[in-house]
Amino acid sequence: MLTALLIGFPLLGALIVFFVKGNAARNFALGLSVLEFVLSLVAFAMYKNNPACTQLSFNHTWVQSLGINFSVGLNGISLLLVLLTTFLVPLIILSSYKNEYENPSSFYGLILIMQMALVGVFAANDGFLFYVFWELALIPIYFICLLWGGEGRSRITFKFFVYTLAGSLFMLVGLIYVYNHTNVEGLKSWAVQDMYNAGKSLTADQQGVVFWLIFIAFAVKMPVFPFHTWQPDTYVNAPTQGTMLLSGIMLKMGTFGVMKWLLPIVPLGLERWGNTAICISVIGVVYASCIAIVQKDFKRLIAYSSIAHVGLISAGIFSTTQQGLQGAVMQMLAHGVNVVGLFLIADILLRHTGTREIDKLGGIRGMNGNFAVLFLIVLLGSVALPLTNGFVGEFLLINGLYQYSAIAAAFAGLSVILGAVYMLRSYQGIMLGERKDNHLTFGSLAATDKAVLIIICSVIIAFGVYPKPLNEMAEEGVKILLSNIK
Amino acid sequence: MKGLLIISGLGVLAMLAEIFKFKKLLLPMVLLGIVAAYAFNFMEWTNEYSISYFSNMISFDKIGIAFSGIIIATAFFWFILANDYFEEDTNVVDHFALVLFALVGALMLTAFTNMTTLFLGIEIMSIPLYVLAASQKKDLRSNEAGFKYLIMGSFASGFLLFGIALVYGASGSFDLEKIREYIALNSSGMPMFFYVGVIMIMIAMCFKVSAAPFHFWAPDVYQGSPTLITALMSTVVKTAAFAAFLRLFMVGFAGVSEVWTGILAGIIALSLVVSNFSAAMQTNVKRMLAYSSISHAAFMLMVVLANIRSNISVDAILYYSLAYSIGSIAAFGVLYNVTRKNTESIEAFNGLGKRNPLLAFCMTVAMLSLAGIPVTSGFFAKYFVFTTMIGTHYKWLLILAVITSAIGAYYYLKVVIAMYYKKPIHEEAVVIERSNVLVITLTTVIVIVIGIVPGLVSEMFKF
Repeated sequence: MLTALLIGFPLLGALIVFFVKGNAARNFALGLSVLEFVLSLVAFAMYKNNPACTQLSFNHTWVQSLGINFSVGLNGISLLLVLLTTFLVPLIILSSYKNEYENPSSFYGLILIMQMALVGVFAANDGFLFYVFWELALIPIYFICLLWGGEGRSRITFKFFVYTLAGSLFMLVGLIYVYNHTNVEGLKSWAVQDMYNAGKSLTADQQGVVFWLIFIAFAVKMPVFPFHTWQPDTYVNAPTQGTMLLSGIMLKMGTFGVMKWLLPIVPLGLERWGNTAICISVIGVVYASCIAIVQKDFKRLIAYSSIAHVGLISAGIFSTTQQGLQGAVMQMLAHGVNVVGLFLIADILLRHTGTREIDKLGGIRGMNGNFAVLFLIVLLGSVALPLTNGFVGEFLLINGLYQYSAIAAAFAGLSVILGAVYMLRSYQGIMLGERKDNHLTFGSLAATDKAVLIIICSVIIAFGVYPKPLNEMAEEGVKILLSNIK
Repeated sequence: MKGLLIISGLGVLAMLAEIFKFKKLLLPMVLLGIVAAYAFNFMEWTNEYSISYFSNMISFDKIGIAFSGIIIATAFFWFILANDYFEEDTNVVDHFALVLFALVGALMLTAFTNMTTLFLGIEIMSIPLYVLAASQKKDLRSNEAGFKYLIMGSFASGFLLFGIALVYGASGSFDLEKIREYIALNSSGMPMFFYVGVIMIMIAMCFKVSAAPFHFWAPDVYQGSPTLITALMSTVVKTAAFAAFLRLFMVGFAGVSEVWTGILAGIIALSLVVSNFSAAMQTNVKRMLAYSSISHAAFMLMVVLANIRSNISVDAILYYSLAYSIGSIAAFGVLYNVTRKNTESIEAFNGLGKRNPLLAFCMTVAMLSLAGIPVTSGFFAKYFVFTTMIGTHYKWLLILAVITSAIGAYYYLKVVIAMYYKKPIHEEAVVIERSNVLVITLTTVIVIVIGIVPGLVSEMFKF
């Protein structure tokens, strides 16, 4: 019941926010999303860390004749991602306080609808329901990018929408194919466990086809090379909050989808094609890192770094080792928090100086020391320095990948080095050195920006020093997952 | 059957209105009559068996009644939407009568059991539409539309007659059941011209549902006709033609499916590709909707194709017709009001999000439904088609449908983008009548409701 509430509450909130006029809308949205976070903390407290897989589940018949149920529940992995979502959304809303948006009620309402869909994706235990939430998440983000985005947004959001929709439709076909093979006492069923059984009953060839049908949707969403071409433009042109939603949470839909809706359904397909998937993921890591090094626009640089990170996560998942999967979960959490921080920093830079070009900035440390420290912490989290939250995940990921293949691990390990290169270089260019433009000024940070950055930095350090509670939960979740794959 | 009789009666009544001077009362009377027709139609639903009339010329079974229900309901919405279309014109009553007679033809097509009734139904439905398409007498394009529709429609009727004659020559009967028996008995040795007849009938039906490569009339006719008549053509007429198609090939010619399924698959593939690529190029919204209707026709034909060995597909095609008709009524309702004093190009929609937020929202929902995005009814329609198709041998067609659906999203979203993103040409708000607001919001709500609870419709059609 609590899980259903977690999905329903943001929808209710959105309906309220739609009817609040003016800037009061954002206060409402902030309050409601904080309440949602509290709700998810309650779920966290109620969750018992034991191997019984799904907890807090809720089941209601939707379309009986087709075997579709509104069935939601949480296990270790999905609860962590729900927590990530509910934690980030208030921060995203808070970070928008310095941006004046037209039609604030629609803007914040759409963010809350997006939250509903995201929580739904993570909690769904029914294949059909999963697909519906998956598609639903696309609509609000499309409108957020379209209505409040930057120059040339109509063309770019088109590409984004059509690209992801095409991927999703292939996934729908794949899921229907598996559904058609389910058999529970003569009836078909969308329930996740029945889908797992049906998928395993397919021949290796069939599983191979289903693997690609479903994988394409996730590959586009993450995105992994070569399905990534929509991503940099969309990230750069979306409003900052849209980019945060896309990279912080929506990207995790893809990685989570692979874990829950791909690996356990087609283990034989995975055996055949897992290698290829790891290969393209690792290519993506190196490729995106190299492109990130030469970027001039800081926001675009983060966009490419995001492709590199997600490539590593994806490679870790497809290694299907305990460490690799666990690392993927930890890195998903860490990346979500860090990338929101980085995009906020890019936004702050733009607001204060009017540019994000690394070449035009410089010497900001001298003008605002606090900002320099906060930026540095977020940056170190992102390059996965020990004692920051990024370290645990990245270490486990490369460890898991090494068990699968030493060569893949070696190439993926490059991401750590290259990541340090482009991140530190951009820090150097933006914050250190001489001022390149004498008119450049940088006042003190707004209270809301400061608050968001401080919260993010404390999370980065706290879970870098003490990752145990999250790690244990991820471990349990991954164990169940692996038992389903085998 | 009673529904059919009531609507015929209404048509006659409409013609009398001029003489006995009750023109003002006509619209309420017609609406009441349609409600009555719907009610009577619905009451026949409980019949366990189908009753045939006129020596087994027409027979309403559950499929026929369900299709009639969709047609009558759509017509009800259409008449409310069209109330001022009848006021503007001088020959009010003629138009009423013509639309009502077209409806009669449509209802006949849902329930024919004999080739003669099929032909009669198609002609009764088409001839009023030829006139209505050209009803803006002083508009060149409207005249062109009427003329083109007449020529191409007659051509199709010719094909149909030839086909019927050839089938009759082989089987010796016009009766669908008899033809079916004939096929079952002579499965090895039927004359060649029987097959030719079947194919000719199929071509004629493809003309009527405007499937490629027999679609060339559709864009011009859709664009040239008055918007409301286009709405009628793309909802009522299309549904009726599909009901006929389904019955012909499900009951009549299912036994020789190996002859026509390959050709039908080719027609579907061509329709999917041609319509979606052409629609993406259009700047005129009506023309775009014409091409979109071709693409939806292809989707519905896929169900016919999958129908041979599956029983879910009747639900699928009924749900699809309903979802498509209701969504189209909403879309055409908005289009009609937006383009009334404006061009029909997509620029007319610029800035509608500011000029009339409610209308823009409804149009957005309608477009998302036509594109097949959850939680609109269009999504479930597409879902049903996918589920029926995945069990067949035509999986390549399914993949093609997926790819073209993604292209489809492109042009539907073009309208959405224009509404919310582009600067308007005229700043003033779009004011529309209450009755139109009512229809548009009601159909939008239905689109969402049956999208969330598809069981309301799909469970109803379990046989």
